[in-house]
Amino acid sequence: MTAKGRALPQVDLPPLRQVGRPLRRVDALGKAVGATVYAGDFTMPNMLHAKVFRSSEPSACIKQLDVTKAQALPGVACVLTADELPDGKLITDMPGQTGQERRKGSDAPVLAAGRVRFVGEPIALVAAETLAIAEQALELIKIEYEPLAGVFDPLEAMKPGAPVIHEPDNIVSSWKIRKGNAEAGLAAADLIVENTFRVPFIDHAYIEPEAGVAWVDDQQVINIRVCTQVVEHFRSIAQAVGVPHNKVHVRGTMIGGGFGGKEDITVEIFLALLTKETNRPVRLAYTREESILAHSKRHPFIITHRTGVKKNGRITGAEIKMISDSGAYPYLSPYVLLYATVTSCGPYRIENLKVDSVSVATNNPFTSAFRGFGGAQAAVAYEQQMDEMAKALTMDPLEFRKINYLKTGDSNAIGQQIKSAVWLEEEAMQALAALGEKKSVSEDAIKVGQGFATTMQSYGRIMWFHDTSRSWVGIEQDGTVVVRCGAPDLGAGQANSLCQIAAEVLGVSLTDVTFYNSDSAVTPLAGTTTATRQLYMSGNATLKAAKMVRKVLLDRAAEHFKKEPNSLDLADNKVFIKSDPQQWLSLADLSKMCAADGLKLQHLALFRAPFTDKLNPENLQGNVFPDFTFSAHAIEVAVDTKTGEITVLKSVGCHDVGRAINPIAVEGQIQGGSAQGIGYALMEEVQVKDGVTRTPSLSEYLIPTAKDLPTTKAIILESGTGVGPFGAKGIGEPALTPAAPAVANAVANAIGVRIHDLPLTPERVLAALDHAKKG
Amino acid sequence: MKAKAITLNVNGRRHQVTLFPNVTLLEALRDLNYTDVKNGCEKGDCGACAVEMNGKVINSCLVLAWQADGAQIITNAGLGTMENPHPLQEAFADAGAVQCGYCTSGMIMAAKALLDENPNPSETEIREGISGNLCRCTGYTQIINAVQMAAKKMTQQRSQQ
Repeated sequence: MTAKGRALPQVDLPPLRQVGRPLRRVDALGKAVGATVYAGDFTMPNMLHAKVFRSSEPSACIKQLDVTKAQALPGVACVLTADELPDGKLITDMPGQTGQERRKGSDAPVLAAGRVRFVGEPIALVAAETLAIAEQALELIKIEYEPLAGVFDPLEAMKPGAPVIHEPDNIVSSWKIRKGNAEAGLAAADLIVENTFRVPFIDHAYIEPEAGVAWVDDQQVINIRVCTQVVEHFRSIAQAVGVPHNKVHVRGTMIGGGFGGKEDITVEIFLALLTKETNRPVRLAYTREESILAHSKRHPFIITHRTGVKKNGRITGAEIKMISDSGAYPYLSPYVLLYATVTSCGPYRIENLKVDSVSVATNNPFTSAFRGFGGAQAAVAYEQQMDEMAKALTMDPLEFRKINYLKTGDSNAIGQQIKSAVWLEEEAMQALAALGEKKSVSEDAIKVGQGFATTMQSYGRIMWFHDTSRSWVGIEQDGTVVVRCGAPDLGAGQANSLCQIAAEVLGVSLTDVTFYNSDSAVTPLAGTTTATRQLYMSGNATLKAAKMVRKVLLDRAAEHFKKEPNSLDLADNKVFIKSDPQQWLSLADLSKMCAADGLKLQHLALFRAPFTDKLNPENLQGNVFPDFTFSAHAIEVAVDTKTGEITVLKSVGCHDVGRAINPIAVEGQIQGGSAQGIGYALMEEVQVKDGVTRTPSLSEYLIPTAKDLPTTKAIILESGTGVGPFGAKGIGEPALTPAAPAVANAVANAIGVRIHDLPLTPERVLAALDHAKKG
Repeated sequence: MKAKAITLNVNGRRHQVTLFPNVTLLEALRDLNYTDVKNGCEKGDCGACAVEMNGKVINSCLVLAWQADGAQIITNAGLGTMENPHPLQEAFADAGAVQCGYCTSGMIMAAKALLDENPNPSETEIREGISGNLCRCTGYTQIINAVQMAAKKMTQQRSQQ
């Protein structure tokens, strides 16, 4: 594989003092010494313990539900069923967004009434004096099911006569792209390559299972302390419980991992209902098994690419079909499908393109957000397809891609012009160069291979959602800084980034900044921590707020020094004259001066992403995302052809992050994201048989341990061209996306055979080798 | 099932508790508000509940509280504080080894057990030593860096003593 090509473009980024440094994150030490308190750690006086009674059937009518014995058990405070909640819908709506794609009548009920559609569907809630009593009460609930025919395969579910999960049919959502003339493009090709790729259900497997505690306060506000990516679900919770929006207060905690699995509502409505009913504090924490049963999964996809290409390597046209399994309730399936559709052909110029995608209801576990959000599944397919085309053309995979890469100013699959840097070629070169020569092995049965993938992943939300964020920055009279912003912190350093930005603008150290976040009533609403949007959205809001405070400080200092404000600067907790730094005033003294004059040393800023209207559903041409992060990942594997075992020997991720706010945090994103990508490629699968999860715990659902992974080398490039603060792009989701297809390409390179289905288990490797041998 | 009075010595504090035989050490510690001991799976898969018991690291979900009667137990919060952190805690914070932080306490206890036995472990030995502790955020690289940083610092400290 070649590693020749253009040198990295020269970029002059303005020098910064706090941003860009690998500082200790503001949340790191508290977590390291065990001082951080998580949602499951809170207890309240007089608190009850809750449990959820769930369906054991994938598709059935509830003929009879009898909770009287459970209710009668001493120590049980209350049992709730759908009878007490006739209209309770679990609407995972998003704040401030318009253009919903939800289908009427297909929202999940909070508690199943009459019918269950998947194993694990909630049916009844119990609150009791102790957890043991609550567990005992679950066993006393009597239920009689009448099984209904179910459907567990999206292909079967699309056929006429298949059992219908929600009327009128099982098509939850569909999208299409029509660009140029795909048929003519394919007709003009010298060669057509067709492949179908499959990816499985994946569990988020955050180490912290869902948990929360709720209570009603003296204003009759329902308070919910919970680990969530979306404190603004308070509106949906209020709606489900039947109280005004201002009577629900979500107090988000530090989250023990989310990755999209805590984007939809989990325990919140159950807690709200029980505390409202009992007027006592209630705690609910899922076990690992319940967590796996209760929360969403990453969508399985079946993706077919039919791509036409000239002998010279130029792609002439493509037809792509995508089918995703939405499970029993849609949740965010339409949007996941949209992301997959928009990125279906990857970061390549394809003028003649036809994409048809569909999300299909089944009686499987429901699917929703997971880091990558459809973009990851799309990449597994398009990057393997690119390697297969290169192979068919007997071209080097990078040389072939270079002919087709998008460049700045080009339009992508939906005709959206890319305005930021597109450094795909440079990233691939850097990653491959860092991978180096293949390891030589003496054993004949061990085959070593290298592969890479280059991908695009959006950051920021779908623009027709009309996304906004707010952040408040203030300076105290001793010169210390406070940031208040509703952004939940998943552990990826969301809060730290905001603090580092405020420190930069106000000329203080990161340790001089204190933050308050993730509270739906007390901190300014900042939107969801999803879609790789917080650095972009709340980072910009914080930058804006901090700049306003800075202006007040500099104007007042200008008066003091009898100088122009632009001749002054803030650094090292001082304001000083740029041309004569010996003339300075401490920030503490300056802040006191401002306070004495009654000046406003706090600012609440709003940042608004560009707003668009919905696209024409007939062709999906227009602008959908604020921008994209372009990435490369290179992998070297050793495959034991006797056992089928795959060992990842080397791993390099290279990403243009625009500007790294904290390089050590960015490295952590790249290394952690690629670990999830490698797990996706090699070992992870929620196995579902007839609607029943066969991998209900972390003994069966395997995620990578320290022994399963090599060190991923993270190469950070900074084009400074992103739409985030200081030219930053997002890295949360982009970190994951290229890793899995890079592994798949490395394995195909090692054994000379393509395995079309993930995960690449030893069984599949051996079967593929066997098949190849038989010809 | 009969409850029994037992003694748990945790981070230098002595607790007299009366517990049924089916209560795990994890449940007992969390009920005593040692919330740094995390519940991730309750069956020994994830290592988030790892603590030191009589000098050995164990998953507290796999030990019954009765088995810990009279034992000396140290949790991560017993190793150091924000003002005076243990070298491992400091290294975890500085090396980026902490993201969501939920695995961190157990991970640090596993790393401490490793360094107690082997003060200068190789990367392979560190990977082995922490392989019973799952982390979903970091991909482990910065955790391994942190253990190496702490090992160096602890060796220096010992040589200065």
